[in-house]
Amino acid sequence: MARIIVVTSGKGGVGKTTTSAAIAMGLAKRGHKTVVIDFDVGLRNLDLIMGCERRVVYDFINVINGEANLNQALIRDKNCNLLYILPASQTRDKDALSLEGVGRVLEELSKDFKYIVCDSPAGIEKGANLAMYYADDAFVVTNPEVSSVRDSDRMLGILASKSRRAELGMEPIKEYLLLTRYDPDRVESGEMLSLDDVQEILSLHLLGIIPESKSVLNASNSGIPVILDEKSDAGQAYADVVARYLGEKRPHRFIESKKGFFRKLFGGK
Amino acid sequence: MSIDPEKMHGAQSVLEIKSSTFFVPVMVLYSNDLVLIEQKLQQKVSRAPEFFSNSPIVFDLQELNNKHQEIDVIKLVEVIRKNGLFPIGVRGGNECQVVQANSIYIPEDTTRGNQSITTETPKISTSVPESQPKTKEEIVNNTATLITQPVRSGQRIYVSGDLIILTQVSAGAEIMAEGNIHVYNTLRGRALAGVQGNTDARIFCFDLQAELISIAGDYKTSEDLKEVARKKPVQIYLQNHALIVKELI
Repeated sequence: MARIIVVTSGKGGVGKTTTSAAIAMGLAKRGHKTVVIDFDVGLRNLDLIMGCERRVVYDFINVINGEANLNQALIRDKNCNLLYILPASQTRDKDALSLEGVGRVLEELSKDFKYIVCDSPAGIEKGANLAMYYADDAFVVTNPEVSSVRDSDRMLGILASKSRRAELGMEPIKEYLLLTRYDPDRVESGEMLSLDDVQEILSLHLLGIIPESKSVLNASNSGIPVILDEKSDAGQAYADVVARYLGEKRPHRFIESKKGFFRKLFGGK
Repeated sequence: MSIDPEKMHGAQSVLEIKSSTFFVPVMVLYSNDLVLIEQKLQQKVSRAPEFFSNSPIVFDLQELNNKHQEIDVIKLVEVIRKNGLFPIGVRGGNECQVVQANSIYIPEDTTRGNQSITTETPKISTSVPESQPKTKEEIVNNTATLITQPVRSGQRIYVSGDLIILTQVSAGAEIMAEGNIHVYNTLRGRALAGVQGNTDARIFCFDLQAELISIAGDYKTSEDLKEVARKKPVQIYLQNHALIVKELI
């Protein structure tokens, strides 16, 4: 049986798709057959981040409606042959998704894949609800600022009450925190919430801190998941996240400011 | 319903019988002295006239029968009616009492076992210092609900008894109880105790950062709670329609 991971946040623009692409690639690179599904029907982005936008023929909705089979719709990643992408439809909206349809597709994928990563749309409406409904694990992507934290908190409430696991009274979804766009300098100057501030409200298992990084935008623009940029801090941070998710113990990085050492040396604050 | 009533009767629908659940106050009698009963009943009704006026009521004779005290059901019903209440059922009565009640069209409530009487203890009220047994006031549910998962933003919890929460209550969450609320963690959301008018209900929490606290409809918002010490266990109770926040230790 596959493990179904939902990457969710409530708020938009916090890095759900970047995270989905990175961790799906990370899992595949470590030898696990992985598929990443774009649930953002009508606002398709994952194909761009994965650099496969020119190879999309059939999409998730076609499969749900029986207009194409899974093999026709799945796109094999050009960098890793264990990774597949199931793109969203750009011409439809979220109403085209149905609980049974999504369930059917996930079940079929479960037979073949080890991990299924669901890239949730923003919001708490149908698309987001269906993306998380069948999940086993949830990666809650949060930026260190109040509105993102509150939306994540709301999403956690929905995960705990409206998922299949909650409705069937099964073991609840495992929730993990991913703090993205973290900038230690701005935390220090009080412009951003610190990890402790966020954890005081969310108190979740921290899977990793992804520092604010130029490499993320560069990776998105070139359609290569940032995790493949092994020299970048964000790429390394995502590699840590995948390792920790798979059970490895790695110390958390990128919490402290890089300039901290020199600042101490030269008597800054 | 797939059957069209018009086809069945050739006329419009006349009636339909549905199942429904009601909450009705139960008056548990501890004395068979009708004069005393009337006196106490008057007191209770005068304290909350809106609540009791024309309210249906079920009277419970289990305690009397345990003590083998006889009571005239017909006269008891007269007393209850005189005080503006509508007796609609008898509970815990013996055979003779049930026959009496049935003769004046009052049915027996057989929905629960007789033993369960013990789960209903009379409400402790400090305002009425009296030694003789008293009629039970309103409906006080003594069950408690325990929550061990964090109460997240947007979640609502309503319980009829007490509410005990071991985890944090996030901003944007709403917890409501007809009884007391205990939060053994940080309370950031809205907490409403005694929502059915129980002014003796209290709120307890380890760290009060609530958006709103309310007891029996009297409330304070976070704006009014600015001066409350953070990270200290507090209790909140009602005194003359004012919410008092007091440190526990």
